[in-house]
Amino acid sequence: MTKMTGAQIVMECLAREGVEYIFGIPGGANLPLYDTLPQYPQIRHILVRHEQAAAHAADAYARVTGKAGVCWATSGPGATNLVTGIANASMDSVPLVCITGAVVSWLIGRDGFQEADITGITIPITKQNYLVLDVDDLAQTVREAFHIATTGRPGPVLIDIPRDIQQQQTEFHYPEKVDIPSYRPVTKGHPGQIRKAAQLIAEAERPLILAGHGVVLARAYDELRELAERAHIPVICTLLGIGGFPGSHELYLGMPGMHGMYWNNIAISEADLIIGIGMRFDDRVTGRLKDFAPNARIIHIDVDPAEIGKNVRTTVPIVGDVKEVLSDLNPLVQPARHDAWCRHIQEIRREHPSITIPNVDKVLPQFVIKKIYELSGPDAYFVTGVGQHQMWAAQFFWGDNPGSFVTSGGLGTMGFEVPAAMGVQFARPKDLVWSICGDGGFQMTMQEMATIVEHELPIKFAIINNGHLGMVRQWQHLFYDDNLQAVRLFHPDYVKLAEAFGAAGLRVTDKIEVEPAIEKALRHPGPVIIDFHVEQHEDIYPMMPPGASLAETVDQPEAEREAKPEKVRSS
Amino acid sequence: MTKHTIVALVEDRPGVLNRIASKWRQRGFNIESLAVGHSEMAGLSRMTFTVDGTTTDVDQVTKQMYKLIEVVKVTDLTEHDMVHRELALVKVAANPQQRSAIIEIVDIFRAKIVDVAPESLIIEVTGTEDKIDAIFEMLRPYGIKELVRTGRIAMTRGAAAPTSVDGGKGEHHRYRPAGEGKPKVGSLL
Repeated sequence: MTKMTGAQIVMECLAREGVEYIFGIPGGANLPLYDTLPQYPQIRHILVRHEQAAAHAADAYARVTGKAGVCWATSGPGATNLVTGIANASMDSVPLVCITGAVVSWLIGRDGFQEADITGITIPITKQNYLVLDVDDLAQTVREAFHIATTGRPGPVLIDIPRDIQQQQTEFHYPEKVDIPSYRPVTKGHPGQIRKAAQLIAEAERPLILAGHGVVLARAYDELRELAERAHIPVICTLLGIGGFPGSHELYLGMPGMHGMYWNNIAISEADLIIGIGMRFDDRVTGRLKDFAPNARIIHIDVDPAEIGKNVRTTVPIVGDVKEVLSDLNPLVQPARHDAWCRHIQEIRREHPSITIPNVDKVLPQFVIKKIYELSGPDAYFVTGVGQHQMWAAQFFWGDNPGSFVTSGGLGTMGFEVPAAMGVQFARPKDLVWSICGDGGFQMTMQEMATIVEHELPIKFAIINNGHLGMVRQWQHLFYDDNLQAVRLFHPDYVKLAEAFGAAGLRVTDKIEVEPAIEKALRHPGPVIIDFHVEQHEDIYPMMPPGASLAETVDQPEAEREAKPEKVRSS
Repeated sequence: MTKHTIVALVEDRPGVLNRIASKWRQRGFNIESLAVGHSEMAGLSRMTFTVDGTTTDVDQVTKQMYKLIEVVKVTDLTEHDMVHRELALVKVAANPQQRSAIIEIVDIFRAKIVDVAPESLIIEVTGTEDKIDAIFEMLRPYGIKELVRTGRIAMTRGAAAPTSVDGGKGEHHRYRPAGEGKPKVGSLL
């Protein structure tokens, strides 16, 4: 058996895991890994311009492909720059394997140059992490890392490898099987619980499905659809659940929660059964917990037992993989119709349409986003940042392409949109990828335009430029007496910026230019930045004020202004 | 019952205690005492800790701990018939005139004197927290110089071993009974 270096062992394991891309930046502590790259031509290394982007790109790649995304960085600042991206993946349960070089093992703990205790730093934001101090442990560690990242509730795993361990030689033994006795995620739901769930569904008159990221992560699209159609249950998708159920389906109701559809928030408050599938009853979805779904029994299906009962009381918990549980549940579910209930929700919807766009001459952000959706065809992918543009993008997404809506949900990471779009385009080279950007978020990670142009990724960037940190402006306006502080945002000339990077740039300042600009961007073979100068003071509605219950959701600003009594404290 | 006694079986690997403590801190769990040491299986440590059930969701403590890869088993012994003990060392001021009175207290509590010096004694006492509190109060008038307590350790009565892997049969290949080969890594820190 030939001897291999630690670095070769890592690469060999990555190759056997089927890794196609590594996003990263070299530095002193991971040079041995780079030294082996020519031996593994099947793995492409993408040199990003900041390690945060490496993590986000790998994160988005993982969301779209279902495989673990891989990023790496050198020790110290390289590793700490990954932290935001790792936390983002952790909050959204995305499988990520991060490999960091560490200072040589005899310098660990001595504050050596570019030393950071990255395993200590990332404990709360990784599913597992390792500091490998023996080259003979490397193969097993990498194998375990992929296993842990991709099974159960997925999440990021970090492996920290001192430079000397990367250089040491040993015999390579690939562990064909991974067996971690203390880690045996439950995937099959308990049959008794599944029977009880079927019984509750049969008894329900006003049932609702709340589908979350778990549906997308488990690729349980068909199973969810079967359940909804069989028992005639309307489906609401959380922000990260969007794309888990066909948007054009008659049972689809859109997003709930803080900026969700008014009818959904009311329906949740009136429902007698909530079926939470692969979601975690986040505060942005539930509003004030004690008033959440006051009339409903709750079935909660999730692969993570710790989510059961964490936020809401549950009548029937089912721990297991969403796809497996639904496959077992569906045959037990009695076919039913809930026409009166569906009609009732549609009546609320008619009275409170939530997402009508005023017919004005100004360029409204929601108008731009809706046009992008209309003109982009059924197979496009949409990546967003965080803030107002993200909420509009979520509200107006009624597409059918499964898993095609990629956004930073739990952590709410501004700047996600640029590197994540890159990750999606690498994963889906033939498909159209839109990055719907905030002008604030774009300026946080726009350095990655260099990477994108370098690799000729034909991503279309729509900067929803309202000259503000829009969501913060809205909160200062509503909850801090319109005392606007530090939200006006100077911005560069994005057209010139695009050209400086070698991309095409377009500017839109008038409503009639919106459609032609989108069409022009779609015709252009390379990356395009469209700078949409939109109405600066447009607020996002509906809105459930922070600390309020779903039933207190305000549908439209006029109503809100009349009804707005006292100042509501932010939470 | 507000005080919960929980026993966790965890792998002896560097950083594990850090992970567990980090989880408790992150989730705001109010942990009152913690005692850790090797278990009957090489490579596994057993920790006993107590949680105040009025301020902390004990169910979440268990579930969150299971999310840690190295945590093998978590058992809430509160509802079990269990034996629980704490050990304390008390250094008490004692001149020759006071010694016999202190020895009387030590005898009543079935404690032990483990060190004698001209002006002090070290008393070793084992028992429930109440018993240790009681002897502490009795000794206080003489002048307590130092007190150190281990925190509660606990075990269920009877033959069953609910806190062990496979109920104590030790069938799993990765874990060997203590003494059969040395553990690969023996530190939780």
